[in-house]
Amino acid sequence: MKLPRLKKKTVNEAALSFTFTRRAMVIGGIQAGFGAMLIGRMAWISIAENEKYNLLSESNRVNLTLIPPRRGWIIDRNGRPLANNRTDFRVDLIPERVTDPEGTIRSLAQLLSLSPEDVERIKTELDKSAGFRPVQVAEKLTYDQFAAVSVRLPDLPGVSPSQGFSRYYPAGATVGHLLGYVGAASAKDYEERKDPLLITPGFKVGKDGLEKSFDRELTGKPGAKRVEVTARGKIVRELTTRPDTPGNPIKLTIDAGLQEYAGRRLATQSGSVVIIDCHNGDVLAMASMPSFDPNSFSDGIGRLEWEMLSKDDHVPLRNKTLQGLYPPGSTVKPMVALALLEAGVKPSETIGCSGAIRVGNTLFHCHKRRGHGAVNMRTAIAQSCDIYFYQMAQRIGMDRIASMARRVGMGQKFPLPFPSQSYGTVPDPAWKLKKYGQKWQVYDTVNATIGQGYMLINPLQMAVMAARLATGRQLMPNFLHGASRSAPAPVGVNEEHLVTIRDAMSAVVNGGGTGGAARMSIPGVMMAGKTGTAQVRRITMSERAGGVRGNASLPFKLRDHALFQGFAPFDNPRYAIACIIEHGGHVNRIEDAPMIASDTMSFLFDQAKAMEKLETLEKGWGGTPAERMARQMAAFRLAKAIEKGEAPPQAAANATEAANATASNASSPAPAQNADAQPAEDDAPPPPDSNPGGAR
Amino acid sequence: MNIVPEPVAQFPWKVLGILFAIACFGTLVLYSSAGGSITPWAINQAVRFVIFTGMALVLSRIPLEIFARFAFPAYGVVLVSLVVVELIGGVAGGSQRWINLGFMQLQPSEFMKPAIVLAVARFYALLPVGEIRRWTAIWPALVLIGVPWALVLVQPDLGTATMIAAGGVTVMFLAGLPLRLFVGSGLALAAIIPIAFSFLHDYQKNRVLIFLDPESDPLGAGYHISQSKIAIGSGGLWGKGFLKGTQSHLDYLPEGHTDFVFATMAEEWGLAGGIFLIGAFLLLFRWGIGVSLRTQDKYARLVAAGLTTTIFFYVAINLMMVMGLAPVVGIPLPFMSYGGSSMLTVMLCIGIIMAIERSTRKGRRSSGNWA
Repeated sequence: MKLPRLKKKTVNEAALSFTFTRRAMVIGGIQAGFGAMLIGRMAWISIAENEKYNLLSESNRVNLTLIPPRRGWIIDRNGRPLANNRTDFRVDLIPERVTDPEGTIRSLAQLLSLSPEDVERIKTELDKSAGFRPVQVAEKLTYDQFAAVSVRLPDLPGVSPSQGFSRYYPAGATVGHLLGYVGAASAKDYEERKDPLLITPGFKVGKDGLEKSFDRELTGKPGAKRVEVTARGKIVRELTTRPDTPGNPIKLTIDAGLQEYAGRRLATQSGSVVIIDCHNGDVLAMASMPSFDPNSFSDGIGRLEWEMLSKDDHVPLRNKTLQGLYPPGSTVKPMVALALLEAGVKPSETIGCSGAIRVGNTLFHCHKRRGHGAVNMRTAIAQSCDIYFYQMAQRIGMDRIASMARRVGMGQKFPLPFPSQSYGTVPDPAWKLKKYGQKWQVYDTVNATIGQGYMLINPLQMAVMAARLATGRQLMPNFLHGASRSAPAPVGVNEEHLVTIRDAMSAVVNGGGTGGAARMSIPGVMMAGKTGTAQVRRITMSERAGGVRGNASLPFKLRDHALFQGFAPFDNPRYAIACIIEHGGHVNRIEDAPMIASDTMSFLFDQAKAMEKLETLEKGWGGTPAERMARQMAAFRLAKAIEKGEAPPQAAANATEAANATASNASSPAPAQNADAQPAEDDAPPPPDSNPGGAR
Repeated sequence: MNIVPEPVAQFPWKVLGILFAIACFGTLVLYSSAGGSITPWAINQAVRFVIFTGMALVLSRIPLEIFARFAFPAYGVVLVSLVVVELIGGVAGGSQRWINLGFMQLQPSEFMKPAIVLAVARFYALLPVGEIRRWTAIWPALVLIGVPWALVLVQPDLGTATMIAAGGVTVMFLAGLPLRLFVGSGLALAAIIPIAFSFLHDYQKNRVLIFLDPESDPLGAGYHISQSKIAIGSGGLWGKGFLKGTQSHLDYLPEGHTDFVFATMAEEWGLAGGIFLIGAFLLLFRWGIGVSLRTQDKYARLVAAGLTTTIFFYVAINLMMVMGLAPVVGIPLPFMSYGGSSMLTVMLCIGIIMAIERSTRKGRRSSGNWA
């Protein structure tokens, strides 16, 4: 077989030799070319892409463990800590290095006396977690527990004891709603932000209140522990450790002492106190009680404690100062009076109060059935005469009242560093038409005049109202100490009119008015204020016929709210205050809004005296809020145990008695004044009614 | 006039110098790769190098005629052992590449690399000059290459099979076959590759696919290439320094002392070390090609150039592999990768080329005398 075309060419040894030489040169050239190409490729990888591969090599080599940053302190206006950090001993498990999970958890449970719940949680997390992300075993350990684990480390591979920091709130429950609390970031947070810091054990984020609002400022920069690891995860050596940068402290306008005092002075009531500095609107105290203890929340609250708090009819889980909305009741009367003055009503003008007037088809009563007789503005405010306001308000119309209400801060949403706030309603004809499609009626005006009907306010707004009435300036509530703000706009009223209102409000307290209980025993300081009562239930026709039942004979949930707003000193206002007692019903003078407000106010003028009074009173209430909460918790725990049949019947019977004793002690501390009050533990209606419809 | 005695001057100093440099460097890298220890790799490698260098020098003393005469028999023996390996493998089940001789593992496919060059060169040396442009010049060579190629491919050992084919074809090319045959079959091959791909084993397919996109599976099969590139890339110009490579010392780089030894080297010595090593190999190839160009004997020059190219394939395929330019095929880097088989093979090649050089020098001197 031949290749026909090739045959033509004559091939000889010399030609072949020449071909070989040429081709060998070609091959040599190709080899050199390859060499050059390989050097080029290598140069590309190692020079041009050096940075990228260096980074990859480092991320291979170095395993970064984040050190959670210490959280910034929250301090009060005087630099006293409201929230700080305590050294905390903790133990984590590094899943990858645990050789015998069962045995390790068993010894840890024994060493640290872990609850079965905790053991269960650790096992679940250990199953889910992969690699070197640590699983928390326990935190807030004592030094002894910490040491006990530390010395047994050689037998417990994968166990990592460490020293960290945990949040501490010295004032406990009294700052619960103000500051909120911190907790481990939720899975959702991590999904959203993908920040590895969020899943670092020991790292907490603000969950509520100011802790949540200022989370960014309070969170510092995490430190990092860098270790060199092999491909199999074995640690070769520790590299440099970068310390954490603590978060910035937040200085609040709050006065820690006052805040705690207000919380304690609220006694066993479900209520709130807000105090505002009349110079600039700084909020000095904002207490809502009962509350949860942010310390126990920040540890991760127990199921039982949560259950107890959420079942309590005093709603310890709701921040009443911002989320509680109440009909303001008669506390709006000074504001209405100011509107009247601005509309040209003379303060001296009198109205005859006979106890009731007819508006349309309905008979509107004064709270004093027999009537006040002839009342002028001062008396009307001091005695809280409803008829005077019914009459006068009809004369000037709702729009003028609503405008004044808004100017003093009712229905206004303030720019506050809180995740949620409810801001009440100032009804007027336009609002009603828009909301209900109904025309405004005269009786709507009448209702609104005495702070009932559609009108709603929260305690902070009430304090702002007091401060604006006191100063005539539209002060804005503020929580950050030294915050720069523009000078407040004037309310836009005649100064003389304000003097009239202040004088009338002083008469409420000091002139034989309805707020006598608020009189302060500090020489030279006179308090001005206005009491209020907000109806929670509708008064039925049968009741009207048979006489309204006294609050004391009503179940807790149906009692009226008791309110008080005021300022002191009355002639040169320095501080404004608002106090609302949910379902207080004015049944207990000592635990009623006026006296709580007055005592709290007196703390600002004479601390020692105020504290002395509080300490005496607290003995009758069963101790400080913390002590009472602890007892309540113990009783609840026992009751639960009985329910489950875990406690023997004999003990159960004793326990029930004990629980009842504690409970009644806590809820009705002054039996003498409160003899016919039903225990609060009665089957109260399930949902706490924060938005009662008022008198309508 | 020359004060250096003739045997000393004749001694292949140049090539031994190059080899010594490369091997020393390789030993250093293995020393570092073992975490700064001469055991278990560096010492073995050094001893082997000394022994195999001695073997190469002995080979260089053997007259060229012996190599020519034993080309076909050697080829035959290796081919038979390949078949034996295949049979044992068939009995034992699974892939089998070596015969256990009791004292050592014999990997016949390794010896086929030089054997194929010797055999094909021998064939063309025997072929009458006039036949070179006929079919008779092509098919026997194709059979010589094809049979071992197929046997190695089914082992399966894609890398070695490729090297056997490439070595044989290179000799065919050098022997003076028409150029268009190579161009034509090159084009045909390009067309066949996709079809051939479907016949590959799954793991081979995977390797090819991952070579094309190593980042697609950085923790799985692409791990080798990714980590190798990280090692080379993070070395930079001057490297991280001797004993300071993290990729190799912390075990991120797999096979850091065998197939991926270049990456280990590059991490610690950087581009500078790479240029030095590649340069040294290029010098070695230049020497090999130079020997083939100087020699007049047809068989000798084909063998010298063919064996040089075989060594070249080792280097090129390995380096392309570690730099992510070729799939992971398991071809070691001569003198650098830890392992006896490859060094033995390469030293066989070197020894034969040295023998050719020696005989050429003799011939030239005698002819020079006559001139």
